[in-house]
Amino acid sequence: MNQKSTIIVDHRENQVLVNDKQKNQAIACDTHSVSGVVSQRACVYCGARVVLNPITDAAHIVHGPIGCASYTWDIRGSLSSDSELFRTSFSTDLREHDIIFGGEKKLIAAIDEIVIREKPKAVFIYSTCVVGVIGDDVKAIAKKAEIKHGIRVIPVHSSGFSGSKKDGYKAACHAILDLMGPEKAEVKTPHSLNFLGDFNLAAEAWIIRDYLETIGLELKTVITGDATIESLRAAKSATLNVVQCAGSMTYLAKQMKMNYDIPFENIRFFGIKDTIRSLRKIVFSIGTEEHLKRFETLVAQKEAYYQPMVEAYKRKLIGKKVALYVGGGFKAISLIEQFSDLGIQTVLVGTQTGSKEEYEQFRKLTGEGTVILDDTNPTELEHFIKEAGAHILVGGVKERPLAYKLGVSFIDHNHERKHPLCGFEGALNFAMEVDATVNSPVWDIVKTFKTHNETKTKQANKVKPFDVIDLTIEGGVL
Amino acid sequence: MIKVIEPNTDNVTIKAVKALMTEIHRDDAKDRNKDRNYVNMQVNPCKMCMPMGGALALKGVKNAMTIIHGSQGCSTYIRRHMAAHYNEPIDIASSSLSEEGTVYGGSKNLKIGFRNLVNMYQPEVVGVLTTCLAETIGDDIERIVREVRDTGEFEGIDIIPIPTPGYGGSQTEGYFDTIKALMAYFVKKPVHVGKVLEEALEPLEPFINIILSDATCEDVREIKRMVELFGVKAIFIPDISDALDAPFTNHYNKLSEEGISREELKKVIYAKATIELGDLVGPNHSPALFLEEEFGVKAYRLPLPIGINNTDCLVHALAEVLDTDIPKALEVERGRLMDGMIDAHKHSATGDIAVFGDMNLVMGIAGLVLENGMHLKLAATGSMSKRFKEQLESKLDQYHQKAEILQDTDYETIREVIQQEGVNLMMGPSDGKFIWEKDHVDFIRVGFPVHDHVGAQRKNLMGYKGSLIFLDEITNHLLDQKHKGYRDRMYQTYYPKKESHKPIQADEAVR
Repeated sequence: MNQKSTIIVDHRENQVLVNDKQKNQAIACDTHSVSGVVSQRACVYCGARVVLNPITDAAHIVHGPIGCASYTWDIRGSLSSDSELFRTSFSTDLREHDIIFGGEKKLIAAIDEIVIREKPKAVFIYSTCVVGVIGDDVKAIAKKAEIKHGIRVIPVHSSGFSGSKKDGYKAACHAILDLMGPEKAEVKTPHSLNFLGDFNLAAEAWIIRDYLETIGLELKTVITGDATIESLRAAKSATLNVVQCAGSMTYLAKQMKMNYDIPFENIRFFGIKDTIRSLRKIVFSIGTEEHLKRFETLVAQKEAYYQPMVEAYKRKLIGKKVALYVGGGFKAISLIEQFSDLGIQTVLVGTQTGSKEEYEQFRKLTGEGTVILDDTNPTELEHFIKEAGAHILVGGVKERPLAYKLGVSFIDHNHERKHPLCGFEGALNFAMEVDATVNSPVWDIVKTFKTHNETKTKQANKVKPFDVIDLTIEGGVL
Repeated sequence: MIKVIEPNTDNVTIKAVKALMTEIHRDDAKDRNKDRNYVNMQVNPCKMCMPMGGALALKGVKNAMTIIHGSQGCSTYIRRHMAAHYNEPIDIASSSLSEEGTVYGGSKNLKIGFRNLVNMYQPEVVGVLTTCLAETIGDDIERIVREVRDTGEFEGIDIIPIPTPGYGGSQTEGYFDTIKALMAYFVKKPVHVGKVLEEALEPLEPFINIILSDATCEDVREIKRMVELFGVKAIFIPDISDALDAPFTNHYNKLSEEGISREELKKVIYAKATIELGDLVGPNHSPALFLEEEFGVKAYRLPLPIGINNTDCLVHALAEVLDTDIPKALEVERGRLMDGMIDAHKHSATGDIAVFGDMNLVMGIAGLVLENGMHLKLAATGSMSKRFKEQLESKLDQYHQKAEILQDTDYETIREVIQQEGVNLMMGPSDGKFIWEKDHVDFIRVGFPVHDHVGAQRKNLMGYKGSLIFLDEITNHLLDQKHKGYRDRMYQTYYPKKESHKPIQADEAVR
């Protein structure tokens, strides 16, 4: 077993590329994960769960064995201004007996029990792997339950093996469409919109709602951060959809355009530039002169307040290098721009579920030699982070310890964070977080690791103490 | 019904009367007739699944890699949970079963997976854990693994199939079953036994097998130190101490070189004895009993060494196995613990405690709670175990206490009991944070997973030393409760106010 370990295994060669603008490059994406490589992705069920779970006043029943519910209990940490029911993890806890004899009876009884005790506004039933195999007729059960209880009971077709996480997003979109129903809205509300693809992890949906209402526009619902069943059903009467998390919500936006004649625009509220650009886009699309005036006042005030503070941080951050590995493409694109605004260059960028178009954007936005990865794994990440000499990694919980072991600072851009990163406020939070991690004195101590013993010897030889050799190869990696 | 818990716990007289009255009514107290409020559901689960326990056990094996045969999510969830708790990179492969694999069998996926993970990680040992999906579609992993071995492509790598259907039990069973499977593989294989016999001709240093469940990395280090004080080596199966609490170095190795080695695993049958700490899983899951039945290695099944009595069990067992006196150093530590228990005892008496989580850990902590004179109000686990209820009941009888004991329960029910019983301190994994957040019950995070605090892997609550550290933490929580807002509370309660001149009824005062 002395041979050198492989970095990029067979069948993954096309999912890794080094940006070369002279060439006509295309990355392979949207494929099933390669077995055994330790992909960072989750499953179809997880995709559906993260999209739907923030709907506050629904009961979310996970029909399957206990693990599926246990590991995704309040997974997003989304905030609610209303009911907290969505934070309760309901599981039919299928056991050996149910696997053999079927879980239908248990599910029917579970719905009855939940409706009587919790009086939810609607029920979502998530199918898991085994349910797909044992063949419980969840659709029929949901239909019967709807008649019995007089509320919407919506099946989510999310058996874990039936595709990738992205297929779970689609299953969630289908569930939302199912909730909205086929018929068009009778009357459209002027100057109103829906915000698709924000999950209110840390008050983002509220910040944007505040901006829009200050401008004088009506936000019907956010899909799905702090959404209620009622607000989702009213979404059809909006005049515009704006899409932030494109990976999960483009499908829904297209369907809503087809079904309810609602056009959609892509927007991003991460970073000051993007926030202003996006708000302007919305105002131009559905606003009046009056809205435009209010928009300009809002932006002028906020920018005057926040921009100088962000600039102050920029001075401390300029010249650093960042590696990004996030779930969807939109987030990566905003991050590339946001880092660039702070004077930080992106040297590696990858996503779990990005699309061809998004990867093409990465190529345009990043410099020559930037490593671009689709559905990558710890082995590749470690290799390319070191090679590129990144000082910062952006990712989720699973990537955090890897960064720290490599002596690289880290930004959590996932469910675990507890401060908003969107809008003007978020841009400042972001700059502060980057500064807190990359400029922490702990990295200076970490650099002394190898020389610590040598230093002692040197001291004995009467060399001045703490003569620490900087061991950094290009960047923060030891 | 959910009732609001009064924060006022400082009034010693009322407290004592209250306690006395509960004692009077103890005989009337009805046992809950069920472990869960919901009949057809788990509401906020208090357990995880078997592959989680399996993955944890394999993390304590040197140069071992795990592949979970199932859909991509299973491995990712487990990685996320473990990474958040241990703050270590957790690499676990998945066979990424797709629709096609589910219909036609996952053997092709698994085989590709082996090749990739071996190329990337160069492991010596590969544990293959199954999942709900793999077991439901009926994949025969024994056969698949045999076919993989027969290709000759993976010479020198030990590939071990371990059935861990998610619906088959909780993480606790998954953990013990995996240890058992590891042993069965390494000690039974004839070619290895031959080798071991050769090695056995050389005089082996005496050693003891230790199987420890629900332990932190620091607990493992502490028990190791205690055993070594007896002048004997301990082999921990598995040994997560350094593997999941690795110091920072300037060379990160994604495959841990820490943990029990396969050479050590082959030797376990020559141990003086096996001491299994955490004795609540059924005998068919017990690796110690397996070694005793198959190879005659004496088995001791003991509670987790938390608290003085439980730690005594371990120390006495070691003295018995080695036929030696208890080391002086341990006597000193025991004395120090007793000293600390005396210092704390009056504060301990103010504790109305709920413990929840993994059953062995709950049992161990319950021992410490009772022997220090705290009031155990609730002991709850999501696992199924008859022994859990039986052992706890006899322990409660010993201390003339009565508590709710829930097995196979969920946090919805746990929350309700905590409210009803007026618990003032709860201990368990981070999932209890929902109760902490909503009902403001004081909370010590302990067990797995702890994802909203740091340092869970370095916490020490086992052994005499660990028990004292843990007891001090509990005492300080109770003291803080007493001191926080003390002056204001006393003023509000006792300073004469005009409207309070009417006489108070006695029962009103205690309510």
